[in-house]
Amino acid sequence: MTTTPTEADGPDGAGTDELPAPAAPGGGGRAQRVIAYVFGRLLTAAVSLFAVIVAGFFLFRILPGDPVRAMTEGREVTAEQREELRRQFGLDQPVWRQFLDYAEGLLHLDLGVSFQYREPVVDLILERLGPTLLLAGTGTIIAALLGLFLGARAGWNPGGRGDRVNTAVALFFWSVPTFWLGLLLIVLLASGRGFMPGLFPTGGMVDPGLTGPVERALSTVQHMVLPVTTMVAVIYAQYLMIMRSSLMDEKGADYLTTARAKGLRDVLVRRRHAVPNALLPTVTLIFLNLGQVVSGVILVETVFSWPGLGQLFYSGLEVPDLGLVQGLFVVFAASVILMNLLADLVYPLLDPRVRP
Amino acid sequence: MTQHRPPSGTLLRRTVASTGALILVGGLSAVPAAAEETDANTLTVAIAQQVDSFNPFTAQLAVTTNILRHVYDSIVTVDPETNEPAPSLAESWDSSDDGLTWTFNLRDDAYFTDGEQLTADDVVWTFTTIMENDAASIASGNYVAGFEEVTAEDDQTVVIELSEPQATMTALNVPIVPRHVWEPIVEEEGEDFSDYAGDDFPTVGSGPFVLTEHARGEHIRLEANPEHWRGAPGFDELYFRYYSEKDAAVEALRSGEVSFVYELTDAQATSLESTDDIAVNIADGKRFQAFTINPGAETQDGEAFGDGHPALQDLTLRQAIVMGIDNEEIVQQGANGQAVAAGGYIPPRYTDFHWSPEGEEAILDFDPDAANEMLDEAGYDRGDDGVRVSPDGDRLELRMHVHSDRPDNVQAGQVITERLADIGIEIDNQTVDPGILSDALYDAEYDLIFTGWTVNPDPDYVFSIHTCDGLPTEPGTMQGDAYFCDEEYDELYEAQLSEYDHEARAEIVHQLQEILYREAVVNVLAYPNIMEAYRTDQIESIQLEPTEGGNIWGQDGYWAWWSAQPAEGGSAANSGGISTGVGIGIGAVVLVLLAGGAFLFFRNRSTVEDRE
Repeated sequence: MTTTPTEADGPDGAGTDELPAPAAPGGGGRAQRVIAYVFGRLLTAAVSLFAVIVAGFFLFRILPGDPVRAMTEGREVTAEQREELRRQFGLDQPVWRQFLDYAEGLLHLDLGVSFQYREPVVDLILERLGPTLLLAGTGTIIAALLGLFLGARAGWNPGGRGDRVNTAVALFFWSVPTFWLGLLLIVLLASGRGFMPGLFPTGGMVDPGLTGPVERALSTVQHMVLPVTTMVAVIYAQYLMIMRSSLMDEKGADYLTTARAKGLRDVLVRRRHAVPNALLPTVTLIFLNLGQVVSGVILVETVFSWPGLGQLFYSGLEVPDLGLVQGLFVVFAASVILMNLLADLVYPLLDPRVRP
Repeated sequence: MTQHRPPSGTLLRRTVASTGALILVGGLSAVPAAAEETDANTLTVAIAQQVDSFNPFTAQLAVTTNILRHVYDSIVTVDPETNEPAPSLAESWDSSDDGLTWTFNLRDDAYFTDGEQLTADDVVWTFTTIMENDAASIASGNYVAGFEEVTAEDDQTVVIELSEPQATMTALNVPIVPRHVWEPIVEEEGEDFSDYAGDDFPTVGSGPFVLTEHARGEHIRLEANPEHWRGAPGFDELYFRYYSEKDAAVEALRSGEVSFVYELTDAQATSLESTDDIAVNIADGKRFQAFTINPGAETQDGEAFGDGHPALQDLTLRQAIVMGIDNEEIVQQGANGQAVAAGGYIPPRYTDFHWSPEGEEAILDFDPDAANEMLDEAGYDRGDDGVRVSPDGDRLELRMHVHSDRPDNVQAGQVITERLADIGIEIDNQTVDPGILSDALYDAEYDLIFTGWTVNPDPDYVFSIHTCDGLPTEPGTMQGDAYFCDEEYDELYEAQLSEYDHEARAEIVHQLQEILYREAVVNVLAYPNIMEAYRTDQIESIQLEPTEGGNIWGQDGYWAWWSAQPAEGGSAANSGGISTGVGIGIGAVVLVLLAGGAFLFFRNRSTVEDRE
């Protein structure tokens, strides 16, 4: 068993560090400091969001290709028909004018209209949000639980057999291309080749033609198995690795010696004392990933034809459907910014050491 | 202190257990779902393209125009046996001697699905709306470009007056809509008509199917119209299910979740050919694969732009390039033999219009020695590195833009690079995204560039894009795809437009192709085969268009899905493989074991440690 040297900065959670230097210079109560902190975070988030909106608009205009040409490619259209499309999409306006229109729309939470779907982008996003939250949410939760669970054990006995096997397996899946893994699962478990029956559907979310809510729910669960498995396999490694290293940091801490001295069994020392403290760094990771839940898992949604936001984004990129991709870009970025903001605000509540 | 707490790890164990249970339930639920699907006879098509609109005036993507073809009749269609124009809503038609007045006699037994009869008034209103309302011209504006006026002589007679001759008069593939449904919509929507999605289901049309449901990104559902004047379709319902990935769609065909998959790659078709209960249909190509040479891009006013290699304005060099390339090799290397080496512009499936250089006409056959000789004589001397230099002193290093998303083009590009090196031309192979390629084309910043068109039974359009009118009015606005302009070609193009005698027109069309061939700007390489597959345990029979060597997807009529007959006891296979409860149970258990494996592994170990 190896012992990892730590900086021993985590004495049993009950922080003696809780109290920072008494009262900041220049006075000001604690409430004031909290307000300043919160306000600072909100301001940062707002600035990021603004930058994202501007960058997103111009970024997608640099994309090569012309939406009207791409949409009419191979079709027998006249120059007049193309002009009419350009006019309908607002592409006949100068870019600054298009930006002003877009920015004005954003103020009313109007993200514009998709070229290829000819529907308001907001409607399209709302339609796809549910499926994405269901798939990516389930996948993230399972991956986090699995990763944290395995990581805690791996980190408790680093270099041991369990650690080596689990880390290797997790890193293997982490490095496997999502697309390939998804297709492999489809071939093995869904397509019914050879003697293997097709156990799960190859794609989609619900079998068409089902009307009863129970039937639909069961069908959805059935359709979720393969995509969720793929997603979990690919992402659980990051939770495992963070938890593992975090626990290794805690291992040498004095409070664990105390716990052992009380006569606790090894497994209880880990569960009751080490793990709760080691969980803190993973909170940031979880919040970061929650932000990305909205953007879905583009590759998983694509290979399993899951009708979510990731697949919507994929379908918009080929055209390029400027209205759609820039709208989605803003929503994706906003959700990451929002979750980061939440993490910044929640973290001090969880860890007294970083309180303002 | 530990006594009153629940045993540690309970939460985790519960989570693992409930996840396992969830998976089990999911797996087992396949059984009732499978049983349910057996009663209706359903044909399921795997699609990937999104729905832009079900408004027949504005829908223009392939999937939607295809589906709408089954919902609304057109006045004429194509005979699958002969590939000739055939009666549909119009039983017969006639044109005046100058070809400017066309009379269509409609059948009297066509009804919309709301019970109203389809009359000349509906036809007149549909065409007139496309002519007069810009927002309604998006989908079919090209068909009415030469229309002067459309009138109803009586309930069953439509007269179309043309301002100029138009070749597509017997190929008017325009969906005829019920006026009593659409006129109020056009009035109400006004300016916003182009945004009207046409999603009031079930749709009122006169076609063999009725559109009943659209779950975006999931499926589209059509029900048979048993009252259709041509007779009821063989299947009761038609599903179009979304598969974003073609490989996944192929697996869905294997499992029986879908009945039909189209636009297969050679590898996919080959692997399906050896599968039980699946038939692969390899059809004659409708598409040609070509590369064009930048002949020096100009606007209609003669203003040169872009940065094409100046030497390419020389016909000798262009012809030598074509002679340096072996189309047969392109077919073998590029398409694994799943194509036909090209001659003229129009694919051989259109027997009358197809032209292939023969005998004395065949001046550009593959002949690298002759090509080298031509270039030597024209003063293109080889430099020290073997690459030729033009008489004006420009080194013959040419860019070639290739679609990175088309495997056959990528392969063909590699073959061309090698062959042209043999005649002293260095190719800078730029295999790029379609968007980048399109920008290079419209800005005329290319030397050689790949292209391709799907040719309709009436080839008018693919010729129209190479007239001088196809040149851009200002850089970036080109209508065609080659900066080609030739007076003789334009005269012949006008002549074929007003030639209504089929054979005489075909002769002119052959001459047009000969000019394109000779000028070596538009160089056709091959006609790729169409590859598609269906389950024979779900579809008993299906009409190809044309009957010999024809395709199923992308027909100009609605023959395929109208004619398809369900196989005996067929849709049972719809359930997703052999979904025996036992098999599912085993599969689910395996998954649970996998998920919980690591858990148990650790459980055991920690118990052992604790005992120590």
